[in-house]
Amino acid sequence: MLRYSVRRLLQLVAVLAVLSLLLFAWLRSLPGGPVSALLGERATEESRHNLRAQLGLDQPIFIQYLKFLGRALSGDFGISTGVQSGDSAVAIFVQRFPATIELAVIALAIAVAIGIPLGYMAARRRDSFLDNISVVSSLIGVAVPVFFLAYLLKYVFAEQLHWLPDSGRQTGDLEATRVTGFFILDGILTREWDASLDAFLHLILPAIALATIPFAVIFRITRAAVLDVLNEDYVRTARAKGLTQQVIRSRHVLRNALLPVVTTIGLQTGGLLAGAILTEKVFAYPGLGEAVALSFQKRDYPVLQMLVLTAAMVYVLVNLAVDLSYAVIDPRVRTR
Amino acid sequence: MALLEVRDLTVVFQRKGEEPFTAVDEVSFDVEPGQTVGLVGESGCGKSVTSLAIMGLLPSRGARVSGSVRFEGTELLRLSDRAMRDRRGRDLGMVFQDPLSSLNPVIPIGLQVSEVLERHRGMQRKRALREAEELLRRVGIPDPRRRLTEYPHQLSGGMRQRALIATALACAPRLLIADEPTTALDVTIQAQILALLAELVRDTGTALIMITHDLGVVAGLCDEVNVLYGGRIVERGERHALFAEPRHPYTFGLLASIPRLDAPRGERLEPIRGSVADNIPWTHGCAFAPRCPNSIDVCTSVTPELGDEHGRLLRCHNPVPVASEQSAAVSASG
Amino acid sequence: MAIGTGRKERIDELAERAGDIAVEKAKTEDVGVSLAASAFRRLRRNPVFLLGAGIIVVFIVVAVLSPWLAPHDPAARELTDQVIKARNEIPPPQAGHPLGGDEQGRDLLSRLLVGSQQTLLVGVLATMFGLAGGLVMGTMAGALAGWVDSLVMRAVDVMLSVPGILLAVSIAALFPRPTIFTVIVAVAMIQVPVFARLLRGSMLSQRASDHVLAARALGVKPRAVVFRHMLPNALGPVIVQSTLVLAIAIIDAAALSFLGLGNPDDNKPEWGQMLGNSQAVIDSHPHLAFLPAACIITVALGFTLVGESLRDALDPKNRR
Repeated sequence: MLRYSVRRLLQLVAVLAVLSLLLFAWLRSLPGGPVSALLGERATEESRHNLRAQLGLDQPIFIQYLKFLGRALSGDFGISTGVQSGDSAVAIFVQRFPATIELAVIALAIAVAIGIPLGYMAARRRDSFLDNISVVSSLIGVAVPVFFLAYLLKYVFAEQLHWLPDSGRQTGDLEATRVTGFFILDGILTREWDASLDAFLHLILPAIALATIPFAVIFRITRAAVLDVLNEDYVRTARAKGLTQQVIRSRHVLRNALLPVVTTIGLQTGGLLAGAILTEKVFAYPGLGEAVALSFQKRDYPVLQMLVLTAAMVYVLVNLAVDLSYAVIDPRVRTR
Repeated sequence: MALLEVRDLTVVFQRKGEEPFTAVDEVSFDVEPGQTVGLVGESGCGKSVTSLAIMGLLPSRGARVSGSVRFEGTELLRLSDRAMRDRRGRDLGMVFQDPLSSLNPVIPIGLQVSEVLERHRGMQRKRALREAEELLRRVGIPDPRRRLTEYPHQLSGGMRQRALIATALACAPRLLIADEPTTALDVTIQAQILALLAELVRDTGTALIMITHDLGVVAGLCDEVNVLYGGRIVERGERHALFAEPRHPYTFGLLASIPRLDAPRGERLEPIRGSVADNIPWTHGCAFAPRCPNSIDVCTSVTPELGDEHGRLLRCHNPVPVASEQSAAVSASG
Repeated sequence: MAIGTGRKERIDELAERAGDIAVEKAKTEDVGVSLAASAFRRLRRNPVFLLGAGIIVVFIVVAVLSPWLAPHDPAARELTDQVIKARNEIPPPQAGHPLGGDEQGRDLLSRLLVGSQQTLLVGVLATMFGLAGGLVMGTMAGALAGWVDSLVMRAVDVMLSVPGILLAVSIAALFPRPTIFTVIVAVAMIQVPVFARLLRGSMLSQRASDHVLAARALGVKPRAVVFRHMLPNALGPVIVQSTLVLAIAIIDAAALSFLGLGNPDDNKPEWGQMLGNSQAVIDSHPHLAFLPAACIITVALGFTLVGESLRDALDPKNRR
């Protein structure tokens, strides 16, 4: 078990190392060269000169890479040139990070809360009307572009019906105390219920849009896994013991069927981050996704570079967590 | 009244877009309390399906069950699923073929035994686990307390099957059905498991239906033997009599095909020629006729019925003659 | 019983006496039907597959024939006199222009019809490039194993760890000016690691399989082993994945346009580009977004339905 974790951690380091190399190469290949990329069009000659020295552009590539690594490890990704000009890239990250996490968590919660029970029921009632409708919905969910769905939701519920806000994280003039940066949580902690509710209302539409693809995948995997498990001999044994439906479902069917579903949830984080880029743009939601969209639009490479690196790290860490959690939930891994 | 009375049990499988297939064809037999009954036959003869039908474990879609299965006077086939669930595990127990796949891989052995007690005896977890430990000891598992928290993959094949037997017998059911319980095990372990079953059944007075294709298993264990072919019973008799004098050509062929230790070297083996694919439908004569060395004209046109011959049930137009008849025939032809 | 008669003769003999049922049973018995053949048999009757295949066929036919089907030149700004920027008006549906015009006075119907061509092109090329890249990486990793495998798979892990759109954005950022080619390459990059993983997995599991061992034992050259024995078996999952990827590619291309990375030259229209460009006027003229979106959704659905039903059909567990 310990050896396994160590091995996975080493793999993580290897992946990050390769990623840093690719990022370094990428930065050097940007149009206009790294100096223009990092400083933007309107940089002064003096700042260009300073940056050239800092990057060590006249030194061997190997040294430049090491300098790059050094800067990255000390958290220096440069100053934003477009998204929030003047702010350090890292500060932007810290500011926007909770917003996207809050959105992603709620979206994932929706996907899981609907996807798993629906997947179980569809498998139990295979080929029934419920089954067919659910499968078709999940297929359509994958075929609709996320940003179009986001727009559709916004158009119908915000602009036409005025039931929900159409952008941002909170209503403009609402005064709220911030503790963690997670607005819903903050409202609960400070007992400012209206702030919590306001934040929640702003999150609903983007979360639904974002949840569609993870829902579709989680639903299909759950259904397939439950179908497989229902045919297993140990379920037949459980029936032969005369156990109740509830016990068979929870202890025998779901306990086994959910193993592959957990891995899938880990893999979905990548999809969530990607979807967040599009969804946040549609709803002008001030998170990391919007930062990506804006940073490309305004050619703000420092911010873009930081976002790519952090996205990769989050994905790798989440998958590591999923792998390790396998040891907890599957005793066959634990007691090898 | 017998413990279990099966009358004209018929199971027809119907898959979408396929011909209906009769797996079990008007099977009837009784099991008395404490009796061991064998169901013998090749793969596909319907013996497993019979046991699943008795337990009510056949899928409701795709399988049509008709006939009668009376257990202690109650008609099982007409019970609701919930009522049947109450009886399974408590009054009727079942052990299956592959012990590894029959156990839930992610929960400990102790829980898999105790959950039967929790369900049918209303025991709390702690007490049920103590009882489970006792049960594991009774089936011959060494160091049972440690096994309670272990997982199936940590046990050997023989131990797993013992655990499953413990599970099936936990609530002292009156009837135990064992479907090829030793087929997936090593030969030496097979003997141990069969000995265990014989001992438990004797000690607790549980009736046992033993399902197998292996005549050796039947010979050591069962009081009465039913031989199945093509979904129907073709011969039934008391163990010793059946083995000493098999009357149905199929039974005769099965016994004759077993290699014998005392056979002279170089003597050829005698298989039953042909295969199950050569069968003709029971409705058009005797299913075994194409493969039968004793078949006569009537065998391929008239369906043989089960007839009683001195305590032996036989479905055959031209059975293997009894020794006394044989000598009489010989002397008659002089 | 007569000795020596073959099985067939005996069955015929008995059939005469036993009736039709036995003969029918013997005739319809499945003897060693290949996986592909049994899959096709089932697919032909599957309504999901038929619907998806129907959509794809219509799509391809329209794409090929669109220059002749379209009533007007999609790049021609014929109705500019009906575009009034100040009042936010665009040409309404009228004679000769059943769907009206877009914000630049071009016939909407023609743009939608001809747009199918570029959309198909983007989808097919992105998928092909993705497959090619994944094929090279995956085959190398799976067939050579060892340190090559580790190195290639680390690269694949990296590519997978960056969310799709972000990866595409990063690739697109490398090009000074976006063109249709940059879109295709960017979208293809998202798919390369997926194909690489798929092929590597297939190669690895086959290296240990009996038929490959047999080929090697017979002295078949390694390259032939890979190309003639291993790759054909990987074909099934690859085809399934390709159809699914095609759908995703079209949607990803649309997303890129939405983010401003798309091909700015819209004389040759493409549905994703039309959808992305309509963001500016979407509030006043939602149909300019809905129509290309509906086309994209329909086609993506078609490919997804085909891919999913193919996957179910080729799954050996479903085989009877």
